[in-house]
Amino acid sequence: MSALRESLGFLASRLRQVGIFVALILIVLLFQLLTDGILLQPQNVTNLVVQNSYILILAIGMVMVIIAGHIDLSVGSIAGFIGAVAGVMIVHWGWPWWAAIPACLLVGALVGAWQGYWIAYVGIPAFIVTLAGMLIFRGLTLITLKNQQITPFPDELRALGGGFLPDISGGTSVLEWLTVLLGVVGTAALLFQSIKERRVRRKFNLENEPLAWFATKTAFIALLMLAITFLLASYRGTPIVLVVLAALVIGYSALMNNSIFGRHTYAIGGNLHAAQLSGIKTKAVTFRLFVNMGVLAALAGLIFTARLNSAQPAGGTGFELDSIAAAFIGGAAVQGGIGTVAGAMIGGLIMGVLNNGMSILGLGTDYQQLIKGLVLLLAVGFDIFNKNRAGGGSSIAKRFRFRTTPPAAEDATPPAEPVAVPGDRTPSKV
Amino acid sequence: MNVPILQMRGITKTFPGVKALQDVTLDVNRGEVHAICGENGAGKSTLMKVLSGVYAHNTFDGEILFENEPCAFTSINDSEKRGIVIIHQELALSPYLSIAENIFLGNEIAPRGWVDWRKTNLEAAKLLARVGLDENPVTPIQHISVGKQQLVEIAKALSKEVKLLILDEPTAALNDEDSNHLLDLILHLKGQGVTSIIISHKLNEIRKVADAVTIIRDGKSIETLRLGGGEGGQGQITQERIIRGMVGRDLDSLYPDRTPRIGEEVLRIEDWTVQHPQDHSRIVVHNASLHVRKGEVVGLAGLMGAGRTELAMSVFGRSYGKAVSGKVFKYGKEIDTSTVPGAIAHGIAYATEDRKHYGLNLIEDIKRNISMAALPKLAKRGWVDKNRETTVANGYRRSMNIKAPAVSAITGKLSGGNQQKVVLSKWMFSDPDVLILDEPTRGIDVGAKYEIYTIIAGLAAEGKAVIVISSELPELLGICDRIYTLSAGHVTGEVPISEASQETLMHYMTQEKE
Repeated sequence: MSALRESLGFLASRLRQVGIFVALILIVLLFQLLTDGILLQPQNVTNLVVQNSYILILAIGMVMVIIAGHIDLSVGSIAGFIGAVAGVMIVHWGWPWWAAIPACLLVGALVGAWQGYWIAYVGIPAFIVTLAGMLIFRGLTLITLKNQQITPFPDELRALGGGFLPDISGGTSVLEWLTVLLGVVGTAALLFQSIKERRVRRKFNLENEPLAWFATKTAFIALLMLAITFLLASYRGTPIVLVVLAALVIGYSALMNNSIFGRHTYAIGGNLHAAQLSGIKTKAVTFRLFVNMGVLAALAGLIFTARLNSAQPAGGTGFELDSIAAAFIGGAAVQGGIGTVAGAMIGGLIMGVLNNGMSILGLGTDYQQLIKGLVLLLAVGFDIFNKNRAGGGSSIAKRFRFRTTPPAAEDATPPAEPVAVPGDRTPSKV
Repeated sequence: MNVPILQMRGITKTFPGVKALQDVTLDVNRGEVHAICGENGAGKSTLMKVLSGVYAHNTFDGEILFENEPCAFTSINDSEKRGIVIIHQELALSPYLSIAENIFLGNEIAPRGWVDWRKTNLEAAKLLARVGLDENPVTPIQHISVGKQQLVEIAKALSKEVKLLILDEPTAALNDEDSNHLLDLILHLKGQGVTSIIISHKLNEIRKVADAVTIIRDGKSIETLRLGGGEGGQGQITQERIIRGMVGRDLDSLYPDRTPRIGEEVLRIEDWTVQHPQDHSRIVVHNASLHVRKGEVVGLAGLMGAGRTELAMSVFGRSYGKAVSGKVFKYGKEIDTSTVPGAIAHGIAYATEDRKHYGLNLIEDIKRNISMAALPKLAKRGWVDKNRETTVANGYRRSMNIKAPAVSAITGKLSGGNQQKVVLSKWMFSDPDVLILDEPTRGIDVGAKYEIYTIIAGLAAEGKAVIVISSELPELLGICDRIYTLSAGHVTGEVPISEASQETLMHYMTQEKE
């Protein structure tokens, strides 16, 4: 009984994280039913991964920018611009792919540095700078392409968008063994890491998830990974973009959790003044975040161009909105300071499954946009609702909370010891 | 003569856990300027909020008679209808609207919903003439100085046909010239029959304008002094008398015993001058010089607006003010503290008075807040050793007695005292030589205060140089070895603890220096 109560209390305190995960599962199940099982067919799962990879890559950079309390509206245009640059370099100038890819990433970094300069050092709000960037880089895309698409690209580059890891059995086996190997090793590594993490937390006397919840969650994620492995392996194996994406997710999660840079990013978004007064070089961190965003946008642009096998004037249009939505659905806070790479990935997958499922059902973009908009609104609305409820009012969750928060006294004078409410005003001198 | 306009009887206002006001009595006569004096946190502003209806009549005990009629205000609108207007310390003006628009904000001259601009500006000009402000009514508020903005607030009050004008620290943000003009205006309005209540602790101002002074201390009305000791008054208005009234209380909290072991000089600040970041005509700190030695706890005493926090923050990486001049020496060598990382690298730490806005990341956990100022100490090549971080944080949780389920608890959920211990842990982990603690016990209960004092004593015993800024004189007397007093940006006194008393400190804190 107490274990159940403990688990429920934990779930209530993490309603957001748990909720988003449950939402993804429900949406998958819903479309699996509505599409008569097409959604989870091996070929479609592969498609789902490849189609969403560039949005997910953008979402990694976007959630970092959002954690720092900024926003980037220009990533779609930058992705389009880099596609155009790649077209000129590879198709017009005949550069080899191994020279063009780093060159394109470098151009992305320069674009990011340009925007980061205005935001971090001049102090123009990111919303304005990147809104301008959205126009500037769309314009440059059109100029670079002279309003015409560039095509075709060599196979090596196209592999980045639609290629697969080589099939070591030469296509004779029902399951593609390299994928199975990667999937099993990956799952084992995840299990090992989770258990180790839990041990460390216990050793250092930190709050831990209740065992029941931990076991359920870990087992579920492991099964999910194995299921995806199976589905991919029974089609054409592991898409190359999935390898790239997995490496980025692991690398950036570590960066955000364990590096000075990542921790300073959270500190800036959580309380800019406190970060400054703690000696954090807030401008340099902001600048680097936008450089990083530029590089990731360039990578997304390359993958998108490779997949379409053409650099198009309208390439990347609307990517910024999907990646921003992914970050917010994945639990990032509008005021900054909160969010995770993993959350943004789940948010991106929710958007991806919605897109894919509705396309299979034959719903037009009109309804797709309507529904995606409502999902974003509900996800963030749920967040706010949750927060307001935490501040008072009655609910089941409240019974399990650490402590209730009395309404902050309006007056400054009493040297009482109120329980702190984030954002509430400190007593001022009288 | 001496017709009462306002009588407040037995006012008691309680906040969760604290009695902010206890049986307060206030009598104001028609046509007088009545000053209310008291230390920071004594309850002056709470009393004015009770009077003006910010706190509805059913949230406090006691009765208010205005013009001999009982008042039951539920909002500030109710009190304004009766002619009681309060002007807050922070002006409530909209910077981009014109003077005239601000005067009639919420009270527009607008027959049938459409603003009559000609009449609005005409009326505004008349009111501006009454307060002696020579400005065009269509000028945007942001284009006039703070002193003039204060006059616009008064014009706004006059437009509401004010009978009782309440000014909360009206001159705190003004330079001397503007202050004098404002005080003259208050006397002028008095001649026109407007009664004023002025909250201030600038004793020279009170002497200049007040007909009566009521002293509030620890939420209680201590006494009312009237000019010439007149009816209902209990004596002459003298500086000594007011100071005695303001500070005369028992020491109700205890301080840890310590035997100071004072060593060489660590930090010296010379000729430190700071301008107000927006209004360059205001000098916030004038040629301040002070020093602190190893193992010494030095206090900075001053009333609001004395420039204590501004002095500390400008030394700590120019966190306040842009135009700063003066020198900082550490162990006799001049150092550059013009950036926060630079100041930290030179071993200076500043724990802010406003922990929620400047001290903590409230949505983050304890360990990450503790490591925030010195993350590189826990990292190799940019990667943080989280196990060491947790070990360090657990160490502080034990040694500082931070009451939390674990160091992974979110700081926003901690009590004020525990939050303060997290802030102190953060700075202790940065291993500074000099700690500047700004109001370290603000908003903290008595028990936790004692713990904070013990920590401060411990820091000094370790050989750190500690500067404590506090508005509570007993606290400074209880923990410091030496106390500097600041008044209006000047260092007006340097008192060794053996010679310090609340009266001497208050004397220096209210001293004027030209």
